[in-house]
Amino acid sequence: MTRTFRFLVATAAAVACSASLYAQQMAGPELAFDSTDIIQMPAGQYLGEVAGVATNSKGHIFIYTRTGHPIATVGDSRTFYHGGSKLYEFDQAGKFVREVGQGLYGMNAAQQVRIDPADNIWIVDAGSSQVMRFDPDGRAVTMVFGRKPENITVAPRGGGPGGAGGPGAGAGGGRAGAPPAGAPGAAPAGAPGGRGGRGGGAPAGAAVAGGPQGGGPGGGAGAGAGRGGRGAPGAGAQGAGLNRPADIAFDKQGNVYIADGLGNNSRISKQDKDGHFVKSWGQTGTEPGQFNKPHGIAMDNAGLLYVADSGNKRIQVFDTDGNFKREFGGVGIPAAMCITPGQHQYIYVSNSNDPETLDNGEIYKLELDGKVVGHFGRAGHVMKEFGMVNALDCRGENELLVGEMTNWRMQKVTLRK
Amino acid sequence: MMRRLTSCTAIAVLLAGGVIGAPRLFAQSKAKAENVADIPYDAAIFTKLPPGLYMGESIGVATNSKGHVFVYTRSGETRLFEFDQTGAYVKEIGMGNYAMSFGHSVRVDAQDNIWVVDEGSNTIVKYSPDGNKVLLVLGRRPDPVEQVSAMPGGGGATFANKPYSFNRQTDVAFDPQGNIFVSDGYGDARVVKYDKTGRFVKSVGTRGTGPLQFNTPHTIAADAKGNVYVGDRGNARVQVLDNDLNFKAQYDTVGNPWAICVSNGPHQYLFVSNSWPDSADEANRATTGEVYKMELDGTIVGKFGKGGKGPKEFSTIHQMDCKNPNEIFTAEINNWRTQKVTLHPMATPTGGK
Repeated sequence: MTRTFRFLVATAAAVACSASLYAQQMAGPELAFDSTDIIQMPAGQYLGEVAGVATNSKGHIFIYTRTGHPIATVGDSRTFYHGGSKLYEFDQAGKFVREVGQGLYGMNAAQQVRIDPADNIWIVDAGSSQVMRFDPDGRAVTMVFGRKPENITVAPRGGGPGGAGGPGAGAGGGRAGAPPAGAPGAAPAGAPGGRGGRGGGAPAGAAVAGGPQGGGPGGGAGAGAGRGGRGAPGAGAQGAGLNRPADIAFDKQGNVYIADGLGNNSRISKQDKDGHFVKSWGQTGTEPGQFNKPHGIAMDNAGLLYVADSGNKRIQVFDTDGNFKREFGGVGIPAAMCITPGQHQYIYVSNSNDPETLDNGEIYKLELDGKVVGHFGRAGHVMKEFGMVNALDCRGENELLVGEMTNWRMQKVTLRK
Repeated sequence: MMRRLTSCTAIAVLLAGGVIGAPRLFAQSKAKAENVADIPYDAAIFTKLPPGLYMGESIGVATNSKGHVFVYTRSGETRLFEFDQTGAYVKEIGMGNYAMSFGHSVRVDAQDNIWVVDEGSNTIVKYSPDGNKVLLVLGRRPDPVEQVSAMPGGGGATFANKPYSFNRQTDVAFDPQGNIFVSDGYGDARVVKYDKTGRFVKSVGTRGTGPLQFNTPHTIAADAKGNVYVGDRGNARVQVLDNDLNFKAQYDTVGNPWAICVSNGPHQYLFVSNSWPDSADEANRATTGEVYKMELDGTIVGKFGKGGKGPKEFSTIHQMDCKNPNEIFTAEINNWRTQKVTLHPMATPTGGK
């Protein structure tokens, strides 16, 4: 076999493999679409990573973006986290209206924004692990869920055996200062410093050990996801505290459902309209009713909740009491999700690319029963390509706003009929 | 497994320590080239900032087709300033931008788009010519939430070589087709090629001293034929690669290249700065600080400059713009200034490599 021939065979095999993979991943027909970049920032202001996009009843657009600088204070007995994200309002045409919530305590690592039926503006922040509600004018914060940790661990990179013990102990593990409420099964009472600190997959024992040993495992976790805080994986945290919440949905009675989240909690938490904790369900796992990084949540007209269970590559459906109804998949790793209004509702869900690749990236249109209507788009940098989509807003059946993390952009997408 | 993990960690800590600390991993070497003719020149501080604005470490400089000069500076915050042809202040670009954390380099492409290379946020951002619009983002700022439990300090070397993220990348260059070349960097040791839309094409390079190996690829430029010149600073050489990133040649007689650039026009030149290091160590001042003018094939035409803080001296040139080969803009780390250097005709150009 000549070298050239061998090369050709190898290339052909590679092409065939990738082609079949491609076909396998893409359910349904390709949908034709157009997209425009309508957002106009004032000179000298810039969107950063577009984590959240939502519209209110007037069609005004809200973008929650990671921009500016997440700053850790130094020379301070409380090394805490401030800055890093901003919330902007635009009119229907994308013209800049104003910034909302300048300098707000909990705006650190934007994760999502949603508008409830009364036009209140809700932001979800994965840095402060908080959900905050503004009134429709954005003038006042009228409700807060979760509490921002009072300080964060500052450990040297790669701080493992020996070296990291000191600073780790000082900060008391991953997320010292996490609210003491809840997580009854996870960590011993009175050892708040020991909870968490490790990324997903750490055994519960590690978190417990963190308390008495003074941050050994917490401080040494190094590259772990490290937003511990509330309960070990699988513990099924029950309290009102949050760990890197991801998304939020509302029912007609004003109850609030939080996908919680990208940390270790792996649950959906329900609050009533006055903000009182009602219940939560779920824990880390693959069974029905269990979650692995529930990334998106949305509600249909019939009062069913759809949860984009990203790590398990499926969408799970529940009633408002958390009873499991059904699940469906075939849409890759569902991240951002929205449900259209109207009589015949559809789900849009994004198989967002990992930031380290430009694989996948397509957005699916589904019937509520999970049947794939079609898909559009792919990962990339230019218009009609998407970079790590984190937000979908769909006020109409064929019109979406798509928020992209890695392209620092929001595209207005119109599907052709 | 545990033992391996421990030793890896120890290495990471050592590397991180080396990068963070003031002492560099290498000592600036004296250029091997001898009997190089001096190019007569003048130099003067170019930029005129309005009252209340100050330059910090002048870490990047580039010009556009109108002759406007963009200076990237590590000030209280890392900032990008625009000046006109006379050095008068025009405006600031990118203030508060998510990518502007710890500046490293700025380049302006043939369409006047402004490319900003930020070593802190691991991103390269392409702005529209007026600076008002972000057109492309390469690399991603590490997710702050993921990072909180492992604050990075100086950022250790990982050599992860990921297609869409950098590890303290240093510079960016463009060929006539708009392909994008990135020198990456302190953490990785490679050159990455993207197409003009930002889609990954390939990357080459590992840490080492052989061909296509790098020790801090610090600066990068491309010529009109699409050849790529990489300032392999730690190895005291410029490596020349073809457009597909195959090794072509190396020029190793002009010291440690901190900054390189290739001029425009039908006869292109390569300029290489053997910069007086940022420690501003007096011991190195006599043997470093000069800039070489070379033919693209490596033949040395002449040199100018010397280390120092005075007029016509250079204190760690970190980036150069030489679109016009007789008018060089230099960004200096230690002197917090940008000079415009005017080269005058030489009496007797030298040969030699």
